[in-house]
Amino acid sequence: MSDDNVSALQLVLTGDPTLLAIVQLSLIVSLSAVMLAAVIGVPFGALLALTRFRGREVAIVVLNAMMGLPPVVIGLAIFLLLSRSGPLGSWGLLFTPQAMVVAQTALVAPIIAALTRQTVEDLWVEYRDELAAMDVGASRRVITLIWDARFSLVTALLAGFGRAAAEVGAIIIVGGNIDGFTRTMTTAIALETSKGDLPLAIGLGMVLISIVVLINALAWGARRAGERYAG
Amino acid sequence: MNMRAPPTDLPIMFADAGIVAGAVAILDGITLTISAGSPTVLIGPNGSGKTTLLRAGMGLIPVSRGRITWGGREAAPPAHRAILFQRPVMLRRSAAGNIRYALASAGVPRAERPRRIAELTALVGLNGLERRPARRLSGGEQQRLALARALARDPAVLFLDEPTASLDPAATKAIEDLVHAIAARGVKVVMSTHDLGQARRLAGEIVLLHRGRLIERGSAADFFNAARTEEARKFIAGELLV
Repeated sequence: MSDDNVSALQLVLTGDPTLLAIVQLSLIVSLSAVMLAAVIGVPFGALLALTRFRGREVAIVVLNAMMGLPPVVIGLAIFLLLSRSGPLGSWGLLFTPQAMVVAQTALVAPIIAALTRQTVEDLWVEYRDELAAMDVGASRRVITLIWDARFSLVTALLAGFGRAAAEVGAIIIVGGNIDGFTRTMTTAIALETSKGDLPLAIGLGMVLISIVVLINALAWGARRAGERYAG
Repeated sequence: MNMRAPPTDLPIMFADAGIVAGAVAILDGITLTISAGSPTVLIGPNGSGKTTLLRAGMGLIPVSRGRITWGGREAAPPAHRAILFQRPVMLRRSAAGNIRYALASAGVPRAERPRRIAELTALVGLNGLERRPARRLSGGEQQRLALARALARDPAVLFLDEPTASLDPAATKAIEDLVHAIAARGVKVVMSTHDLGQARRLAGEIVLLHRGRLIERGSAADFFNAARTEEARKFIAGELLV
């Protein structure tokens, strides 16, 4: 193992304050973004799954396409919105953690909405006759479908969190990578690598990979729990 | 269990009812009255319109022409009707959770639900399986659970769409015994089947459909012993109706 790797491991194991602060901010930003994206994406996805209107298929194609939007483009769009001369410039959010939350929300909401739409629509095809036979009203249908799809939706949320936690392009544009204020794991890794401070970059990389593995384990666990408890 | 036939949904009257899908008439000029009493069994080859007639009787499909009335009303929410589909879908919950959901949908007060769940699981012979995920039950158990779910609505009329189509003889007998028990409690059973033996065992009244049209209708004894139409005689003899 190289000296850089040993130093990185030491930073992680000893709980280096700089590293911990960066990890903490990253988690706060990404978790906040996923929660906001869920509040927007789950109802929107369910609505798209259960309603029929002119242009619905175009909306689905656009939504699916938005899952693959390049983060730097999202970052640029949010930057233009929040910059001094932008429509939301008076809010003073640019180069703050809140701006990073907004950018990650914009990145993750389409993923959650598109996966929710697919999940709820598939379940609706299955349940439609039974719920109609039980004379279940519209609002209860939506609640039933979201509840019965909950384990799949947890997977969608975790997929969104994975995307947010690993993202760098958007938040570096709107956050500015300011030391101690808007520096997250991914932006710090990019910066420290360019500076040649590899131990911190590698240490953060270890934490980031651990988080991604943990997310996948949770997604797998949610699916298994769904199979076990709900069939 | 409080299964009774309130006068509200019976008789169900089809008056020259037709259902068209595209250019195809699924049901064509059906005039039929379903009244309280012993089970009415719909028979006929594939594509004869049995399932569509059951769904229309349940109120799930609107007629393209003619009309259907329930107890004299044209728009009657299915408060006292229930249907068991040929391939019932289990909600992603436990067996008891499926029944609980149906009870809640039928407006049964929360406090009454545990007692009703116990009654219904006992009635369909699913004691001990209440906590098992419904989708992990066997085919026969799922069919019985779907029946319990339908009965949770305390129906006056119960539509059964080929309820034993994919079941083995033991599971078929269990369902047939349940149909007898349900009918004995005053619930009007309207069911479809391909199985003439089953029709003989269960039917009080037979309705033969072919290509969406009502060919013959009568008491089971008359139908099997003195069929009036050529199609009925062929069908009883096991010949193909094409």
